[in-house]
Amino acid sequence: MMNYQELISPHIQAIAPSGIRKFFDIAAEMKDAISLGVGEPDFVTPWVVREAGIYSLEKGHTHYTANRGISELREEISIYLKRKYNLTYDAKEEILVTVGGSEAIDLLIRAIISHGDEVLIPEPSFVCYKPCTLMAGGTPVTITTEEKDNFKLTPEKLLEKITDKSKLLVLPFPNNPTGAVMEREDLEKIAKIVKEHDLFVLSDEIYSELNYSGEHVSFASLDGMSERTVTVNGFSKAFAMTGWRLGYACGPKEVIAAMTKIHQYGIMSAPTTSQFAAVEALRSCDDDVEYMVNEYNHRRRILVDGFRKMGLPCFEPLGAFYVFPNITPTGFTSEEFATNLLYEKKVAVVPGTAFGECGEGFVRCSYAYSVKSIETALERIGEFVAEHTKK
Amino acid sequence: MKNEILSLLEQDSRLTAEKIAIMLNAEKGQVEKIIKELEEENIILGYKTLVNWENTNRETTVAHIELKITPQRGGGFDTIAERIYRFPQVKSVTLMSGTYDLLVTVEGKSLKDVAMFVSQRLAPMETVVSTSTHFELKTYKKDGIIFTEKEVDNREVISI
Repeated sequence: MMNYQELISPHIQAIAPSGIRKFFDIAAEMKDAISLGVGEPDFVTPWVVREAGIYSLEKGHTHYTANRGISELREEISIYLKRKYNLTYDAKEEILVTVGGSEAIDLLIRAIISHGDEVLIPEPSFVCYKPCTLMAGGTPVTITTEEKDNFKLTPEKLLEKITDKSKLLVLPFPNNPTGAVMEREDLEKIAKIVKEHDLFVLSDEIYSELNYSGEHVSFASLDGMSERTVTVNGFSKAFAMTGWRLGYACGPKEVIAAMTKIHQYGIMSAPTTSQFAAVEALRSCDDDVEYMVNEYNHRRRILVDGFRKMGLPCFEPLGAFYVFPNITPTGFTSEEFATNLLYEKKVAVVPGTAFGECGEGFVRCSYAYSVKSIETALERIGEFVAEHTKK
Repeated sequence: MKNEILSLLEQDSRLTAEKIAIMLNAEKGQVEKIIKELEEENIILGYKTLVNWENTNRETTVAHIELKITPQRGGGFDTIAERIYRFPQVKSVTLMSGTYDLLVTVEGKSLKDVAMFVSQRLAPMETVVSTSTHFELKTYKKDGIIFTEKEVDNREVISI
């Protein structure tokens, strides 16, 4: 008999499976549930982009590409980042096309983190930073962001957690799940500390296009920061291309070269069809993106207004497509709230604790849904909250 | 603000002023006022429902008729267009560039019904030089809405 307990490497065993897995399974089985639980756009990829993918297949582009991605795409990424966020990256040496933003995150952490290094991770945030750090042998150090600070990373909170082992700071803004954004002045304060303490930064800007505050500021565009930042972005959220699995990392050529090494052995190259489609996305989809952002913005306001009207405090998120209402007036924990809501009213939301312990007291609701679904969900959540709020 | 309200209503005419106000971060009273103005200025002409009659038991026949016209002194194409659009069977009349002048959409109960209308009402008009009738067989998409397939959400219930 094979001893699988012995087979599986101890450091993989040590990674805890997601605690809310059971809840996910219940939700998946409930067929007529209304969901606000999804972290991907409801829009289908713009037709011109899908057509470009199909066309590339017709032309027979079915082979591996260069490890770093087709040069046409890297050129377009370089142009796009310059015109949108005033970032300057050389298409030849400073851009790597990856399988989604998540591969880029994993690559950077593996490229620079070794045993004992500490990675500073603001929470609540997307779920992969911690396990990626652990798999690289590093130590995750979480920083709690709070509702009273609009879930921004404050200089004070950052300074509290910096030690002489701190090596990498993750900046996941606009943020999943809170919807928080960091404005220029917020980032400038962080940049000062980053320089003083000689940190490197992973700026995960996958939601950069979905910013309702007017301007997305890219961390690497700040004075002196491009040499100590890898910017991660991708096509999933802005262009509604989650299933195409395409992202990219941009940064100093030495770091990108190291990441490319891991990428070339583990992945070879990102999907070819997706790369050709992405070229079209960057060239001709400004209007589509604007349309989608405008739609999200409308829905965002409906959702925030809805939660506030039912008596749940809800900070105004200015990015991504999530709202993060405070559910403590109901007396439930996040997980109880989500589970009971699912059983009693058949609405799926994600407990805040899925994104770190400090997400307790909150749930994440996505507005990547039609106005009609959002309104039905709000109605049901409203009934639920009214039935359970302590008088 | 006017154009934003118009685009929202064009997509969904049942949106209330209150809902629009929330979506655009405005005051309900202000939205109501603008909608009233838009109605008075003849910019909002009505609030209709998009119906796919093919999925009902009601038989309708729609035809697009290309008309070549001799323009009249003084009235140009307007005089004849006005005479045509007053028929209730006529759903739309548009002046076109190219090989013909007016595109007229006619709705009737049957093919014969529409054909009779064309031959008895449109063709004999003095200034009409010729007509060419095209019947609709199947509508795939209309006013930005796809008729032939229903949108389904095939995403997982939850993803992080």
